[in-house]
Amino acid sequence: MKPPRFAYSAPGTLEEAVSLKAEHGDDGLVLAGGQSLVPLLALRLAAPSSVVDLNRVDELRYLREEEGRVHIGAMTRQSAVERSAGLLERLPILADALPLIGHRAIRNRGTVGGSIAHADPAAEWPALSLALDATMDVVGPSGSRTVAAGDFFLGPFTSVLDPDEILREVRFRLPEPGTGSAFVEYARRYGDFALAGAAVMVGIDGEGRVSAAVIALLGVGGRPIRATEAERELQGQALSDERIGAAIASCREAAQPHSDIHGSSSYRRHLVGVLVGRALRLAGARARTAA
Amino acid sequence: MSESEITMDVNGSTVRGRVEPRKTLADFLREDLGLTGTHLGCEHGVCGACTIMLDGQSVRACLLFAVQADGHAVRTVEGLAGPGGELHPLQEAFSEHHGLQCGFCTAGFLISAAEFLDENPHPDEREIREAMSGNLCRCTGYANIVRSVIAAAERMREG
Repeated sequence: MKPPRFAYSAPGTLEEAVSLKAEHGDDGLVLAGGQSLVPLLALRLAAPSSVVDLNRVDELRYLREEEGRVHIGAMTRQSAVERSAGLLERLPILADALPLIGHRAIRNRGTVGGSIAHADPAAEWPALSLALDATMDVVGPSGSRTVAAGDFFLGPFTSVLDPDEILREVRFRLPEPGTGSAFVEYARRYGDFALAGAAVMVGIDGEGRVSAAVIALLGVGGRPIRATEAERELQGQALSDERIGAAIASCREAAQPHSDIHGSSSYRRHLVGVLVGRALRLAGARARTAA
Repeated sequence: MSESEITMDVNGSTVRGRVEPRKTLADFLREDLGLTGTHLGCEHGVCGACTIMLDGQSVRACLLFAVQADGHAVRTVEGLAGPGGELHPLQEAFSEHHGLQCGFCTAGFLISAAEFLDENPHPDEREIREAMSGNLCRCTGYANIVRSVIAAAERMREG
């Protein structure tokens, strides 16, 4: 249960980090919060020849709002986001989700960028980034590029990041006033990986009809899923029990859950529907009070 | 794997060491500094027995490399008691309310609870259970741990 040997570096700038990472290509890994990577090293599921520690790259640690957009540096600790009272007040989906991410000690070290780059299909941040229509800035030796959240996650623990690329920033637009948001997940114990979850954003217009709906599902596929069919069906409709029921059915169709010892695929499929229903009701209620 | 020199503040004193990069902070504290209060349960971040404070925040020492703590401040369970050995109110409460049996998980619980009560001096039972959920105990069934935290909170509020 001890990590295997690796060459270690702790650069002070992103530029240095990119260059060090590129030296080892596939065989090198970056270390962000370490809450996912170090267990893999300890269990010897990963044995990189080199680890580039990003924890001294101060320029990657920031959380700021500029012109209605939230910019989160990749090395921002989960607990730093959790403690941004103003942001959480305006974005209840984050207030719902952050305390569900592992436990406090995990969140004190774990990073937003690390969670996203790790691309665990049962993790909260990948689904959140889909629901928030986030964009990711990625930096490599040949420069930087921007990737939309919808294009970022390819499969379990697989993102579009090339071996020589490092995630620099995640950003998203604050929702329109009157938008309600909610995040709901189910895990058997506090802090466990979720069996399924739903991240929902709902806009309700003056006539009480859905003007915009975003539903992202986690834990029910190899990557987080946007339930676009369900979103489309809700458009222009009142958020009635019947419409919510239809959305639940659509989400269950969209889900591609697997079976494991924690839950069968049929259980997860059922569960995600229940969670979508709860999230839609909560987001809808918040949208009405926010308007 | 080349070793490097590290320096850090541990429980208020400056300490030095020489470690391989892969040596965890937990192992450094235990083996190099003889601070065996921090325990190794699962060594992959789940059980919380290795929980310590890094720069005032609770973290899993098994998921940090000692080199990462170079230049930082660490507080372990050994640093909870006062300079004259006066027990921290949490330590007193755990003792009085039978919040430990074998004691293996206790150091981690104390650190987690210390951080929690610092931020939430008047928690209810549900909040305590949620905050302590990152620490696993195989002996107590948690009931007396919760009672201990409630008692400690009260004592700390009374000041």
